Amino acid sequence: MSKKKRTEVVAGEVIEKPESQIRVMWETLKKNKAALAGLIVILFLVFLAIFGDLLAPYDPEYSDMAHTFVKPCAQYWFGTDQLGRDIFSRVLSGTKISLMVGLCAVAFSLIIGTILGSIAGYFGGRVDGFIMRCMDIMLSIPSILLAITLMAALGKGLDKAIIAIGTVSIPEYARIVRSSILSVKENDYVAAAKVIGNSDGRIIFRHILPNVISSIVVRATLGISTAILDTAALGFLGMGVQPPMAEWGDMLGRARTYIFSAPYTLIFPGLAITLAVLAFNLFGDGLRDALDPKERV
Amino acid sequence: MSEDKREVLLEVKNLKKYFTVETSFFGKPTSILKAVDDVSFKIYKGEAFGLVGESGCGKSTIGKMLVDLYKPTSGEIIYNGVDISKLRPQERRKYCKDIQLIFQDPYASLNPRMTIGDIIAEPIRINHLLPENQIEDRVTYLLNCVGLANHQRNRYPHEFSGGQRQRVGIARALAVQPKLIVCDEPVSALDVSIQAQVLNLLDDLKDQFGLTYLFIAHGLNVVKHISDRVGVMYLGKLMEVAGKHEIYDNPLNPYTQALLSAIPSTDITKKKERIILTGDVPTPINPPKGCRFSSRCFKKCAGCDDILPELKNIGNDHQVACHLYDENPQ
Ligand SMILES: Nc1ncnc2c1ncn2[C@@H]1O[C@H](COP(=O)(O)OP(=O)(O)OP(=O)(O)O)[C@@H](O)[C@H]1O
Ligand code: SF4
Ligand SMILES: [Mg+2]
Repeated sequence: MSKKKRTEVVAGEVIEKPESQIRVMWETLKKNKAALAGLIVILFLVFLAIFGDLLAPYDPEYSDMAHTFVKPCAQYWFGTDQLGRDIFSRVLSGTKISLMVGLCAVAFSLIIGTILGSIAGYFGGRVDGFIMRCMDIMLSIPSILLAITLMAALGKGLDKAIIAIGTVSIPEYARIVRSSILSVKENDYVAAAKVIGNSDGRIIFRHILPNVISSIVVRATLGISTAILDTAALGFLGMGVQPPMAEWGDMLGRARTYIFSAPYTLIFPGLAITLAVLAFNLFGDGLRDALDPKERV
Repeated sequence: MSEDKREVLLEVKNLKKYFTVETSFFGKPTSILKAVDDVSFKIYKGEAFGLVGESGCGKSTIGKMLVDLYKPTSGEIIYNGVDISKLRPQERRKYCKDIQLIFQDPYASLNPRMTIGDIIAEPIRINHLLPENQIEDRVTYLLNCVGLANHQRNRYPHEFSGGQRQRVGIARALAVQPKLIVCDEPVSALDVSIQAQVLNLLDDLKDQFGLTYLFIAHGLNVVKHISDRVGVMYLGKLMEVAGKHEIYDNPLNPYTQALLSAIPSTDITKKKERIILTGDVPTPINPPKGCRFSSRCFKKCAGCDDILPELKNIGNDHQVACHLYDENPQ
């Protein structure tokens, strides 16, 4: 396969432009139809999260007691719930919450996990032992149980949910980053970086992390779907958002007694959760293939 | 050559590097691997000192101690009169400009996410050797020196062949204008057809930049081309050190003789007998107590098993560690 190189002329000599890493990734990703579908759904969800409130036909928190349990119809596309709120508007509004909690929780655990994992992997020895034993202890507690415990300690609220869900997956990121660093650290180019006089910090940030970033990004993308599920689970248990707010898991939890009499109160928020989780999973898998250098040579 | 006018650039004195390979549950070391065990030698300014020996005898470990990748267990590394092994990290880092390393594996030693231009520019940048606007020209110059084209500077390592990558590694080492370069088997990972090219390049660069080399290799045939003096190692010990011609024409230590006999001769008139060594190399965890080579030596005599022979000067700038040469003091 002959790659066309963009070129630039400098003083009569032709110097090739670096091949853009992003472009190469995009080429690989494009070939993966499932990942592409995932990406489109994600972009669609992001669009809804930003403009959902403008598109919503009703106020998602307004309850119209005269119209409870209306079946899906032209007026109420997804029907209304036990309090007469428009389910379509609530599902739209829930997009924002799920995506936000998902992204923030992942960012939270990603940052802390990367720092802890880098320190443990790079310096090794006792620091490594201490950090990783703490992570092991956290991992030995079932994650949803830990999140519930944290919520109980922190109290209700969206920000608390982010911290609780984020904290739960710190060990996973710390582990991935640590093991990636351990394997990358053995490479001669890290030794070479030391020999030419790099400081430890520069070695970690400039030579090691860029080479482990792909596994982190993949895990983070998949992590968003886990976080969305965790958010829904906390909502279902009534520990997520404050009552009038629309959140998919919370909607499921409050409607569960009507599963046979008014199934539409559960189906639509349920579908929304499934769609979002599936989209991030497909995209994450595609990203893994696109970022794997072996696939690209 | 008038012997004592030579200027010593680097001297290694009683250098040791022990690794603990197993630790008990409570963190106590239970077995110790003596990778480098009491090695002393000098490297004179402007020469290429060849260091040869079988796999695992501690050659790379010595090289890595010289560039601060490993801390010596004990001993001195005296560079230009300063024992650099005892310096604090900040002070030690200043010497990375003087002593550089060329790695064995050109595939593993270049960061796959950096362009080769960036790889060569990095040492100049982080050591603040040139103002930013002059770095580009310097990289162009270095690329030319190692025989790479300037228009390739924005390519990534995976777009190059092994030989070309090794040239990038050489340019990176040259970028800080070092005085001493440790070449750790720089051609052994390359195709036989391009080994000679890279060796010639290293030879040319040595004159062009006034470099001194510690040249590490497996066999004596590789260093024959490039070295001025040669040291032969076995199981963490130096067995023999001598000038190149001396060691090829008058090898004294039985181990050196065995290594030399393994080189296929190009001279048909000089028929030589191939010395086949029996037995495996003992592990550096439990080396023989006396002479390290005693378990495989074909000239072994009484005492070899128990008494460690010291590296002794026997004249003509020739040092050997072997009991066979004990009783004729020079
Ligand atoms: N970081 C380390 N930890 C433990 N043992 C080590 C370490 N580095 C090297 N060794 C051991 O020290 C001994 C000498 O290794 P070294 O790499 O110096 O050998 P070498 O002469 O360069 O061999 P080769 O020709 O295979 O490169 C070997 O037995 C090796 O297993
Ligand atoms: S000291 Fe003895 S065992 Fe060692 S090389 Fe000499 S003769 Fe052989
Ligand atoms: Mg080696």
